[in-house]
Amino acid sequence: MASLSSPLRICRGILREIRAIKGPEYKQCLAYNYVLDQFRKNQITGERYCRAQEEALHASHSYLCLLTSTRQHMALYDIYHGKGQRDTEEMAGIVGLRLPTQPGGKGWEK
Amino acid sequence: MQVLNPTWIGKTCLLITLVTDTMLRNLVRLHSRVGHALSPPIVYPRSQALKLPLTLLSVNSKYYSIITERKKFYKDVSISHGEAGGMFEINLDQRKMKTPGGKLFTAPNEALAIAVANEWDTQKDTLKFYSMHMTTLCNTALDNPTFRSKDQIITAALKYLETDTICYRVEEPPTLVELQNNEWDPVLNWIEDRYNVVIGSSTNILGPEIPQATMDTFRQHLGSYNFWSMTGLEYVITQLKSVVLAFALIDKHITVEQAVLLSRLEEEFQIGHWGNVEWAHDVDLYELRARTAAGALFVHFSSESSTVKRKLMQD
Repeated sequence: MASLSSPLRICRGILREIRAIKGPEYKQCLAYNYVLDQFRKNQITGERYCRAQEEALHASHSYLCLLTSTRQHMALYDIYHGKGQRDTEEMAGIVGLRLPTQPGGKGWEK
Repeated sequence: MQVLNPTWIGKTCLLITLVTDTMLRNLVRLHSRVGHALSPPIVYPRSQALKLPLTLLSVNSKYYSIITERKKFYKDVSISHGEAGGMFEINLDQRKMKTPGGKLFTAPNEALAIAVANEWDTQKDTLKFYSMHMTTLCNTALDNPTFRSKDQIITAALKYLETDTICYRVEEPPTLVELQNNEWDPVLNWIEDRYNVVIGSSTNILGPEIPQATMDTFRQHLGSYNFWSMTGLEYVITQLKSVVLAFALIDKHITVEQAVLLSRLEEEFQIGHWGNVEWAHDVDLYELRARTAAGALFVHFSSESSTVKRKLMQD
């Protein structure tokens, strides 16, 4: 099928995602150092067609896909997903009512 | 007139309720257990609603927790090298992370540990367990909450071959037929060549007839994966609804985005015709991509071991 995009683009993409997650101190995080390390290690190879290199490239592409799609999914989730039901006290409070209290406890409660 | 014995009525009623309301009762029991559960850290969100009764009827349903979010209770995530067998552990603020089953969380290699640690690091304020796919997969592999052996997982995975997405073709509309042929036939040919099997496609409602030799070849091939990789692979097959696409992805023949596109081919066709609905189509697309990518990565990390050999420069 179509060939994968270049390692440089994938590397940049992953680092950009990490930066989006972490914020200013993204250079200290584990994933950043590990990813850079891996890319550097796999750069140098004696063979013309290195299977390990291809596999590492595919894995990095999958990781980039994982990071981007989780981020996009969460963004849409925050916008569209239902917020769940409010609890009864809150709901009553919306219309200005309060729940009845029974100081002695309800008959079936201990 | 004989008076019906009240205890006899009681017993029959009990029997009936046991038979019909077992599921409901288990649900109630589960909810009450969640109320005073000590540590319900991680949920298995990949168990769909249909699977719920099966896991509830099993003995150890305490593994299954309905909690999907929790407040963030740590600041730093780090990795440490475990004592036994070179496994990696994850530390949340000096405390070691545990699986929902109570076992210590261990990853077999550094890459997987870093991926999981990164997922925990990504969370802000509230922990969203349904977005932590790598963690879910690791927990499932470690705990094995449904107590399946590797053979059972292989059988479950191969069951998808009989109703494989790639093999189910339509007869009309002609544009969709053409699209399916253009996109799916190359993958089908690839897998038939690579594994020397016969699968074929069909427009029949019953699907293609998969010969036993094909099943045997695949079973033997799947047997070569270890338990962790098999967990991941079955997960990918379940997400993509296709054994052929899962193999193409795991063998690094296609990328995750391509695999997801091929799996959702008809949906994409309909979107192209009728329009895209962001809150349904896009949400599904990104979620499927995330899960498939996590599965593929999990299999890759679980089945690979790398060593670095340094060649000396000779001058």
